[in-house]
Amino acid sequence: MTKMKPWHSIGGIGALALLLLAVAPLILSEHWLNNLGKYCCWAIVAVGIGLAWGRGGMLVMGQGVFFALGAYSMAMHLTLETAGDRIPGFMVLYDPLAPLPVFWEPFRSAAFTLLAIVLLPVVVAGALGYALFKRRVKGAYFAILSQALAVALAVLISSTIRETGGDTGLSDFKYFFGFVLNDPANKVLVYLIAAGLLIVCLLAVWQLYRSRFGELLIATRDAEERVRFLGYDPANVKLVAFVVSALMASIGGALFVPIVGIITPAEIGAAASIFMIAGVALGGRASLFGPALGAMAVGWGQSSLGSTWPDGWTYLLGLLFIVVILFLPNGLSSLPARVTRWARRTPAEQPAPVSPAAHLEEVRS
Amino acid sequence: MTDASLVVTDLHVEFSGFVAVDGVSFDAHPGEVRFLIGPNGAGKTTCIDAVTGLTRATGSARLGDRELLGRPVHKIVRLGVGRTFQTASVFDELTVLQNLDIAAGLHRRSASLLRARRGVEASIEHALEETGLAGELGTPAGILSHGQKQWLEIAMLLVQDARVLLLDEPVAGMSQDERTATGELLQRIAARRIVLVVEHDMDFMRRFATRVTVLHQGRVLSQGTVAEVQADPRVQEVYLGTADAITEG
Repeated sequence: MTKMKPWHSIGGIGALALLLLAVAPLILSEHWLNNLGKYCCWAIVAVGIGLAWGRGGMLVMGQGVFFALGAYSMAMHLTLETAGDRIPGFMVLYDPLAPLPVFWEPFRSAAFTLLAIVLLPVVVAGALGYALFKRRVKGAYFAILSQALAVALAVLISSTIRETGGDTGLSDFKYFFGFVLNDPANKVLVYLIAAGLLIVCLLAVWQLYRSRFGELLIATRDAEERVRFLGYDPANVKLVAFVVSALMASIGGALFVPIVGIITPAEIGAAASIFMIAGVALGGRASLFGPALGAMAVGWGQSSLGSTWPDGWTYLLGLLFIVVILFLPNGLSSLPARVTRWARRTPAEQPAPVSPAAHLEEVRS
Repeated sequence: MTDASLVVTDLHVEFSGFVAVDGVSFDAHPGEVRFLIGPNGAGKTTCIDAVTGLTRATGSARLGDRELLGRPVHKIVRLGVGRTFQTASVFDELTVLQNLDIAAGLHRRSASLLRARRGVEASIEHALEETGLAGELGTPAGILSHGQKQWLEIAMLLVQDARVLLLDEPVAGMSQDERTATGELLQRIAARRIVLVVEHDMDFMRRFATRVTVLHQGRVLSQGTVAEVQADPRVQEVYLGTADAITEG
């Protein structure tokens, strides 16, 4: 899988682009196209997690934070767009005379909103990553810390119901940058934006993986101290990967809002952040397509099996997780290579050059 | 600057009360294969750790007119100080070429990191020739033999263009032929660079050392040419306490 020749990878991205952008809109119902759009959002987040965790060794358990930055930026803008000149409906419920909170004001501007979706995660992840990586916080400590931040942000949003909508979240968006969201054609448009950005993100990590930076990132993941002795500061290498993954999480979050139509703290908290990682682990965190396809598969399982058979789905996901970790530590995307190798019965099993060790090496500190 | 020397003066390293290195001074110049020997726990590796910034130390370690102590590890590397480790530490999952390419990257601009590699740089070709790894370009470093891994580490120091090579037991676990090849390689490298070798192996030291510093319990016991050091009765006493231990190796 990961030994793919460049044209295989680019061909794979092309095929996926064809499927998502041309075939899917033709054959899928409005309902399933909308669902597919939601999976694309999760897949965008997953591509970033694959970069940070699979290639960079940073177990990012709190991508919900960056997902929230994008999602709430978008949701505030859409809420204001829907409300027009008035105060958003949910705020009026608590205090009809309340002024619009100060931090909402700039989100009236579409340009500011788009800028915030891109810059907020970069600034937050940049500052956070700088503080953590320069102090050499890693492994389980990094994972717990990032997870705690996701929990903290979810609690903060839940407890500020007047300003953020609290647990009810933000919903009932009527317009998306001037387009009426209920219009089926516009729904397809929003879907196409999400699918298109997923392809862009895949192309971005494809270039990163084949670049010298990609090799340096793997080297940093596997032997951080050694990289230091080659004259690099590993903190900077990790910082770049972390910031890019945060940016992708934010983009995924921003598109999630118009597609799903609601954002609540439940979508960004601990459980949601782990759910984002689950797909990546199942698909194969270090491979190019594994994270995205894994996230889409888990998303699909959630909405099909999860709605008809909620209890069973949780168990099935758990079981799948155990099986993959035990037998396919590099995820389902390593299955074809395994099968080929088994079919050819080549005895010497060489490690795939870019897959991390079988065990969770991040937890070592 | 190319003929700058490494001068270590009154180096002092303490680990929560335990004095590992106590006022050690030595120097190393281009053109000589410099050895640091001593029994286990003498503080040889700790000296290297201190010079490369891995361990905090007091005293002074200067390369030319630059003080090394107190700088972060990667900055010391950028001043031209490279090292290897007792256990070969190469990036197992990357190929020989990728390993070397990362080592060469120190002199590249950050923006060039975003591009893929095209072709093999001249410095890398040269290092491959020098270390006899030319045939292993595409081999994952993890499946190289132990000796080859050590050579790859030396090759990485060469493409890094380190002015000082600090080698921690480079021939441990090598066959006799590999030891000879390594020794000759070090002699060639030492013509233009400072080579400092930490070793246990007396035979290897005798064959390839130009000058030797013997450490014992964190202090310098003796210093000089191989013959001078071997003749020193204090050195003979430290090595197994018998007069002829060091000559037999």
